[in-house]
Amino acid sequence: MTQKEISLEEQFQARIDRGESIEPKDWMPEKYRKTHIRQISQHAHSEVVGMLPEGNWITRTPNLRRKVGLLAKVQDEAGHGLYLYSAAETLGISRDEMFEQLHTGKAKYSSIFNYPTLSWADIGTIGWLVDGAAIINQVMLTRTSFGPYARAMVRICKEESFHQRQGYEIMIGLSHGTPEQKEMAQDALNRFWWPSLMMFGPKDDESPNTEMSVKWKIKRKTNDELRQQFIDITIPQAEYLGLTVPDPDLKWNEERGHYDFGAIDWDEFWQVVKGNGPCNKERLAARNKAWDEGAWVRDAALAHAEKKASKNVSKVA
Amino acid sequence: MNNSLYIYLLLLGDNSLILGHRLSELCGHGPNLETDIALTNHSLDLYGQVRSYYQYAAEVKGEGTEDSIAFLRNERQYYNVLLIEQPNSDFAHVICRQFLWDAYHLPLMRSLMKSKDDQISAIATKSEKEASYHLRFSSEWMRRLGDGTEESHAKLQAAFDHLYPYSFELFKETEIEKEMKENGIGANLSLIQTEWKKTTESVFEEANLKLPDTPPALTKGKQGIHTEAMGFILAELQYMQRAYPTMEW
Amino acid sequence: MMSKNNEWPIWEVFIRSKNGLEHRHVGSLHAAGEEMALENARDVYTRRQEGVSIWVVESKHIHATNPSEAGELFEPAADKVYRHPTFYDLPEELKHI
Repeated sequence: MTQKEISLEEQFQARIDRGESIEPKDWMPEKYRKTHIRQISQHAHSEVVGMLPEGNWITRTPNLRRKVGLLAKVQDEAGHGLYLYSAAETLGISRDEMFEQLHTGKAKYSSIFNYPTLSWADIGTIGWLVDGAAIINQVMLTRTSFGPYARAMVRICKEESFHQRQGYEIMIGLSHGTPEQKEMAQDALNRFWWPSLMMFGPKDDESPNTEMSVKWKIKRKTNDELRQQFIDITIPQAEYLGLTVPDPDLKWNEERGHYDFGAIDWDEFWQVVKGNGPCNKERLAARNKAWDEGAWVRDAALAHAEKKASKNVSKVA
Repeated sequence: MNNSLYIYLLLLGDNSLILGHRLSELCGHGPNLETDIALTNHSLDLYGQVRSYYQYAAEVKGEGTEDSIAFLRNERQYYNVLLIEQPNSDFAHVICRQFLWDAYHLPLMRSLMKSKDDQISAIATKSEKEASYHLRFSSEWMRRLGDGTEESHAKLQAAFDHLYPYSFELFKETEIEKEMKENGIGANLSLIQTEWKKTTESVFEEANLKLPDTPPALTKGKQGIHTEAMGFILAELQYMQRAYPTMEW
Repeated sequence: MMSKNNEWPIWEVFIRSKNGLEHRHVGSLHAAGEEMALENARDVYTRRQEGVSIWVVESKHIHATNPSEAGELFEPAADKVYRHPTFYDLPEELKHI
């Protein structure tokens, strides 16, 4: 490292420490750029892949009110993916390149979406738990140091405020419904509880990126802190529904002022991350199919626009 | 109850329901994010129309709800045209189906804005703006695909060859439609057809489409006789209501 | 690797949230041409009645100042306090001035 680079890097860190936003054209360490491209694109991929498990139930919603709610929610996720890809694009990577990374399996996305949606209650549970977990993360990210990422998050948080309510309302309906509906709700909670806790990522001492993320104010809280926050918020919501969280070790710890909870199966977590989850292959196949089948459409639109533009030019000339 | 009015509302609402369903199948599978979002907006517009028609239909019938009408009829009691239920074989089919219908839907709504039935007129007034945007969107895509590349032109022509013969059903007047036209509630389909021709012919030309020389398709969708695809649409649409009867969601 | 670059260009989107207010930058998107850019902007950025008017401009047409020039461009304005009303001392009992 040259003397000049050290001082630029120090200046950069000082700006972050003062709480200033970093904008795309500002000088930034290469590692900051790369980390952001990775994190923002992963976040975008999660939105886009996240459309699939819920999209799975759009044609089968139990009524019309649920239909428009779910459609609008899944559509929002496309929008959120779009905002995030746009934020990453300001750092000099194209959306097509990011898609390429997703489609070839090189890029990661949130593992929760590699679990199947098997019943209507799963749609409620995803809204309640998965969006609930996402909101905790995203609210924190509205104050992240990189300006375009923070702005995308502000917009996303505003729009997402209905997502969790949509899910929880479904759960209220089910848990106050017939025994069959209540069983459906409990079964969905049983399957999604642990994967939801895994959404916050590995434990702090096994999370290589945490230190850097905190230093650059990408994250302002650690994985374990966020996970605890989620559990503390969610348990009373489960109690309100009369549902039981599938963790025999869960209990309130008066001294800590938090819930204690049982051990997470990290082996399962890493299995799913590495591509061996129940739906990894299906999710990637669906994204690849949509992208490949859309290629001629995208080409046609571009070709038409170019022809039109050159006609306009010749008219002017 | 006024049975003719009830059936007329289904004739109107079922097209929006089944087309909304077809478009909703694409959510998350579009050629890119922007187009995905746009088509879902269409779908949401259509479901909004569906809810208005069915809520009114339930009122006219004096029983049931928007949901019992949407989910609990048997296949023979759905009156959408066959054009609408054609599958999303590829994006060219999606756009072509949409365009052929939008070019009918917009003048239909404009005509129904003047309906003697206040509720139909109110629904049409709201839907007219949506239909207008849909037509703008699908016309532009017809031009893009028709003019874009050799491949896109070939795919659009193939979709057109398949779908165009179904468009005639839109204008085949049923007894109910005749009755509704005569009492000033419904639209005059032959006037709608004139508008439709005007709109479509110029777009067909800009998209370099050759009219297929096949005769109009044999269609009885408005009488409730559908293609085999319809059973599968209903299998998904009605799954929850059929598997868990009488439950609230 | 990408075989060729056939990505739709990026556009910046500006929205007037209601009449009387200026257009503000809200984000960006991809579109093949200007018509599509306007429609995509409508579909992506006004789903919740966020706007009554849309501008789009292809991103490559935007020229921006460079952050490294921020000092020479913007700091000279810092000491021109006489451009602000508080610079001028007037007796407090004066009203409406």
